[in-house]
Amino acid sequence: MRYAMAVDTKKCVGCSDCVVACQTENNVPIGYCRDWVVEVTDGTYPQLEIEIRSERCNQCDNAPCVRCCPTGASHYSDGGIVLVTPNKCIGCGACITSCPYDARYPHPEGYVDKCTFCIHRVKKGLEPACVSACPTKCMYFGDLDDPKSPVSEILKVRKYKTLIPEAGTKPQLYFLI
Amino acid sequence: MTSRRDFIRISGLGMGGLAVSASSYAVYKKLSSSPPKGPELSLDTMRTPTVCEICFWKCAGWVYKNEEGKIWKVVGNDDDQHSNGRFCPRGTGGPGMYYDEDRLKTPLIRTEERGKQVFREASWDEAFDYIAEKMKSIAVEHGPECTALLTHGSGGKYFGSLLKAFGSNNIAAPSYAQCRGPREVAYHMTFGEGVGSPERIDIRDTRCLVLIGTHLGENMHNGQVQEMSDAIDKGASIITVDPRYSIAASKSKYWLPIKPATDLALLLSWIHVLIYEERYNKEYVEKHTYGFEQLKAHVKNMTPEWAYGITTLEPELIRKTAREMSDAAPAVIVNPGRHVTWYGDDTQRSRAMAIINGLLGSWGQRGGFYNPETIAIPEWPHPPYPEPQRSWRDAYPGKYNLAYETIASGICDATIPDVNGGCNFKAWIVNGTNLIKTIPDTPNLLKAIQALELLVVIDTMPMAITGWADVVLPECTYLERYDSIRNSPHRKPAIALRMPASDPLNNTKPAYWMAKELSKRLGLEDYFSWNSIEEMLDWQLKQVGSSLEEMQRIGVKTFERSYNDLYFDKNMNFEFNTNTGKVELYSTELAAEGFDPMPVYTPHEEPPAGFYRLNYGRAPMHTFGRTANNALLKDLMEENTAWINPKVAGEWEIENGQYIWLENQDGVRSSFPIQVRITERTRWDSVYMVHGFGHTNDKLSRAYGKGASDSELITKVHVDPIMGGTGMRGNFVTFKFEPKEEEAES
Repeated sequence: MRYAMAVDTKKCVGCSDCVVACQTENNVPIGYCRDWVVEVTDGTYPQLEIEIRSERCNQCDNAPCVRCCPTGASHYSDGGIVLVTPNKCIGCGACITSCPYDARYPHPEGYVDKCTFCIHRVKKGLEPACVSACPTKCMYFGDLDDPKSPVSEILKVRKYKTLIPEAGTKPQLYFLI
Repeated sequence: MTSRRDFIRISGLGMGGLAVSASSYAVYKKLSSSPPKGPELSLDTMRTPTVCEICFWKCAGWVYKNEEGKIWKVVGNDDDQHSNGRFCPRGTGGPGMYYDEDRLKTPLIRTEERGKQVFREASWDEAFDYIAEKMKSIAVEHGPECTALLTHGSGGKYFGSLLKAFGSNNIAAPSYAQCRGPREVAYHMTFGEGVGSPERIDIRDTRCLVLIGTHLGENMHNGQVQEMSDAIDKGASIITVDPRYSIAASKSKYWLPIKPATDLALLLSWIHVLIYEERYNKEYVEKHTYGFEQLKAHVKNMTPEWAYGITTLEPELIRKTAREMSDAAPAVIVNPGRHVTWYGDDTQRSRAMAIINGLLGSWGQRGGFYNPETIAIPEWPHPPYPEPQRSWRDAYPGKYNLAYETIASGICDATIPDVNGGCNFKAWIVNGTNLIKTIPDTPNLLKAIQALELLVVIDTMPMAITGWADVVLPECTYLERYDSIRNSPHRKPAIALRMPASDPLNNTKPAYWMAKELSKRLGLEDYFSWNSIEEMLDWQLKQVGSSLEEMQRIGVKTFERSYNDLYFDKNMNFEFNTNTGKVELYSTELAAEGFDPMPVYTPHEEPPAGFYRLNYGRAPMHTFGRTANNALLKDLMEENTAWINPKVAGEWEIENGQYIWLENQDGVRSSFPIQVRITERTRWDSVYMVHGFGHTNDKLSRAYGKGASDSELITKVHVDPIMGGTGMRGNFVTFKFEPKEEEAES
C-alpha cells in the first residue's frame, strides 16, 4: 500500500477551501496551516500563464524529516504516510529545517505538526478533508498499489510533475499539468 | 454641517457582554489548540442540517460538533444541488463567524451622556418598546409607508412580513440596484424572464462558456465553479473578457484583455460577425426571435475593425471567438454575470449579451440556459396586508418603470428631504447589510441617514452601519437559528432546512423572534400567529409532503419536476413572456419606454492623466465585507492589495509590498493605506482591488484598518436610466504616499 495524492493545477482555482477544511477538520490553530495554496504567474501582459497548486506534506518515500528526527517522533506509518507522534516530539525543529517543502510548523503546544493525509478519515473509508471539500474536485487520493484508485487512474492519463525532485525525497504529492 | 447623528463606535458595551465574549473566545482557543484527536472523533454523530448564510448561494450542509458538544465543522450535504456536498472556503469557515468574539452581544440604544452620543445596553423589551413607539408616531405623522426595509439575507423575510403588515412595501435589497438588477431587466426585455439565483446556466453540459468580466473561481459561486471545473474536464472551451488576467482567464482557451469600459463595442462586433458570417442559429432565430432584420441593419458597421479601435482587441481574435461560440451553439453560454452595475448603460450591455444568447439559440437548450423549477410552499395563513398608499416610486415620477424590484439607492435618495417631496422616508430597518459598503456615494448616504427619525440595524457584527443606528439588534448567526425553508429554483425543485446547531451565544436572537415580538407591540400579532417557529415550519413542510422531523434528519429534500421541460423542444412553438411572444432582439418594451430598442455603444469617460480606472472584484475566501473579521478566513486573506502593472509601478517608483493611499478623481483618499501588488495580471490603465476591506470600526478587531475600501473611493455614480442601477466603475484613482491631512495630524 502506498498512499498518494494528485492535484490538478488546470482545475484548481486557488480558493483555499482545502486550507480551511483542513484547519477545521484537524483543529489546526489559527495562524498555522497544514496545507496552503501557491500561485505562480509567468509572462508579460497579455501573454500570461498561472499555475495554482494546493500544497502540503509530500509524504516522501525518502523523507529527510524522518531521517533527522532524534527521537523517532517522525516516522513512516501505514501506506507510507509520514506522521509525528506528539508526545515523542521534543520540538527541536530539525525536521522543519530539513523539509525542502516547508511543510511542517511548530504547534503552540510544543510539538511539530503537519499533514497526515487525514489518516483518521482514510481508515474509515473517507477521503482526506481537503479532497472531500474541494469545490473543483481537483484533488485525487488513494493507494498507488491499487490500479483502480482515483490517484492511480488519473496519473495514468495525465501529465504530472513533483516538486523539487532533485532533492531525492521521492515525493508522493503529484501535480497534474 | 453639524450632524444630529454622531457615529458611535460600539465601545459602551458593559462588562457582561465582554465577559461572555471572552469565554466564547476561550472556547474557540481551546478548540483550536487542542491536539488533533482525529481517530477518536466520531464522524457521523451529532450533526444538524444547515443552510449557509455566508453568501447568497445558500448551500445546504451539515454542522458537526466535537465530543465536547461544541460546533466543530461545517460540510456540504451530498443531496444539495447548490453545493453537491462541497462547501466553498467561506462556508467551510462558518465556525469562525460563530466563535467571533467581536460579535454584537446585546441590544443597544443610542443615548446622550454629558453631551456625547453613546450606546447603552438595553433589554430586548426596552429596544422593542423604543422601536415600536417611534414607528407608531412616524406612521401617525407621515404614514406607515415612510418606513423602509433595506435587507440582505434570510432574516429579512420576517421583517418584510412585519413591514407589509404595518402598511409599507418599501423593501429593498442592495443586491438589485447595486448588483444584478440590470441583468434581470435585460433578460426580461429579451426572453420575458429573469436569470434568477442560482443562475439558470447549464455550465455542466456546455461546450463554450463566455465570461464577460465575471471572474468565476475568484467569484466563488459554488455550484457554478464546480460546474466550470466539470466543463474543463469535458473539454469545453472558455472565453474570458477581462482587462485583468483573472483565474478564469488562466483557464480559458481565449482571453480577451479588453480595454476597460468598452465591452459593449466588443459585444456588438460579435453580433456583427455572427450575423454577417451567417453563423447564428438560423432555425432558432427564424422560429423564435423578433427583430432580426432591424438588428442586422443596426450592427452593419460594427465590424471587428470598428471594435478594434475601441477595445484594443485584434479583429481576428474577435472573429475567432465569435466562431468558437457559433461552433458550440446551442450548447453555449454568454454568462449574464451577477454584479453588472458598472457604467450606467448596464441594462443595455446585459441586453447585448442576451441578444447573443438569442442569436446562438442557447436559451432553453442543453448546455445553454435551463428552465429552473421550484416547489410552491404556502405561507402560514395571515390576514391580508393593507394596501400602501405611496411607494418609493412616487419619488421618481415616470422613471425606472422597468425596475421590477425596489431600488435601495432610490430609498436612500428619497430619504433626503430637499431632493424629493413626494415620499420622504423617516425610518429605516436595516437587516444584515452594511450600507456603508454596499451603497456607493457615502456622503449622500450619510445625508439620508441624518434625515431619519429612526434607524434600526439588525446584524451579527458591529459593522460600520451599526454606528449610525438608534437601535442595534444583535442577531444570532445562522448556526444558532431556524429560518424560513430554503426554496430556490434549480434543475429539480428542492427544499433545505436550517436549524440551530447551538443555542444563541450571548443575548442574541433570531430575526423571526424579533419580528414576532415587534408585531405584538405594533398590534400586528395576527400576522405572526404561530406559537413557535417549529410549529410554522412543520406546518409548511407538511403541505409539501415532508415534516420538520424528516427535514431535521435529511436536511435537503429534492422533488421530481412537474413537467419534463428542463429544456424546451426548439421545434415546438413556444410563447415567450414578451410583448411579441418571441425572443426580442429588438425590444418593443424598451422602445415604448423611450429607450434604445437595441444597444448602442457610447464611449465612457477616460481616466485623466496620472489616474487609473478603479476596478474591483472578489476573492474566493471572502463575501463582500462580511467575512473580513472571521478568524478562519482572515488567515487566508487578511487585507486587500492594489494591483498595479509593473510599467505603471516603474513610472511611479512604487515597490512591491509598499503601502500607499489611493485618492480618487474627487479628492477622496482611502482611510487606510493599501499594500501594492505589482503584477502583470492587470492592465496599465487600471488598478484592481478586492472589495470588502478597509473596515473603519475598530470593534472589528481583526478587520479594522486592514486594506482599503473601494466603496469609499466610489463617489461618482453612473445611474442606469432604465432601472436605476448604480454604475460604479467610472471612478479613477491616483497614488498618494501619505494619509489625509486630518489623520496625519491626529
